Amino acid sequence: MLESKGHPNRLGIWGWLGGGRWGAERYLYTLHRLTGLGLLAYFLMHILVTSTRAFGPERWKQAMDAVGGLPFKVGEYLVFLAFAFHAINGIRLAIIELGFGVGKPIEPVYPYRTSLDVQRPIAIGVLVLAAVLVVMGTLNFWVLE
Amino acid sequence: MMRDQKLWTWHLAAGIVILVFLGMHMTIMHLNAVIALKGLNPAGGHPIDWANVVSRARSGFFMVTYVILLGAALFHGLYGLRNILFELDPARWLKRTISAVLLVGGLALFVVGTWAAVVARSL
Repeated sequence: MLESKGHPNRLGIWGWLGGGRWGAERYLYTLHRLTGLGLLAYFLMHILVTSTRAFGPERWKQAMDAVGGLPFKVGEYLVFLAFAFHAINGIRLAIIELGFGVGKPIEPVYPYRTSLDVQRPIAIGVLVLAAVLVVMGTLNFWVLE
Repeated sequence: MMRDQKLWTWHLAAGIVILVFLGMHMTIMHLNAVIALKGLNPAGGHPIDWANVVSRARSGFFMVTYVILLGAALFHGLYGLRNILFELDPARWLKRTISAVLLVGGLALFVVGTWAAVVARSL
C-alpha cells in the first residue's frame, strides 16, 4: 500500500482513484467530490445566465436560446444526476459526521469489525434513493417533457 | 484550527439549507412533469417560459429563498473547492491567494445574483 511518509496528502488527486482498504465508501467520496465540482462549475455559470431575467424578456429569450440546444440539455441532465447523488449522499455524510449510524465503540477482538460494516446499509440506501430520483428525472427530461 | 472547525460546521449547515431549497428548485424546474406543481408554473408550459419566470420573480417568497440558496450554495461550493485545493498541500502564499480569490469571486457573484433577484421582483 502507498504511504504518505509524513507528507500530508502526498497521493493528491491520484488518491481519489483507489478505494484501498476503505472499500466502496471511498468511491462514494470520490464521486461526491466529482459531482460537487461539476455542480459548482454549472452553478457559477447559472448565476450569470439566470441573472439576465433582470433585463427583461428579450435578454432572457436570448440567454435561453444560447443554452437551448441538445448538448446543453444533456449537460443539464448530467447536472440533475450529479444533484441526485450529491444531495442524497450529502445526507449520509451529515448523519455520519454527527456521529449517527456508525455503531457503538467495541473491543478490537478478532474477527475485527469496523464502523464501515454498520454504515454500509446507509450507503446502499443512498444509492437506492438516488436511483429513484434519477429515474424520476430521466422520465421528466426525456419522456414526459 | 478553531476557525476551520467553525467554517466546516457552516459548510454542513449550508448543505442542509441547500438540500431544502435546491430540492424545491429542482422539483419546480426539472421534475415539473412528474410532480405537477401548477401554482409554481401558473402559465403552464415549461418552467423557464417568460410568464412562469416573471410569476416566480414577483413572489417575495421566491426572492428571499433564491437569495438564501444563492448565499448557502456559493459558500458550500467554494469552501468545498477550497478544501480540495488545500488538501493538495499548496504553499502558504498560494493558500492565501486561493482564499482571497474565492472570497472575492463568491461575494461578487452573490451581489450579482441578489441584484437580479431584487430587480426581477418589479418586472
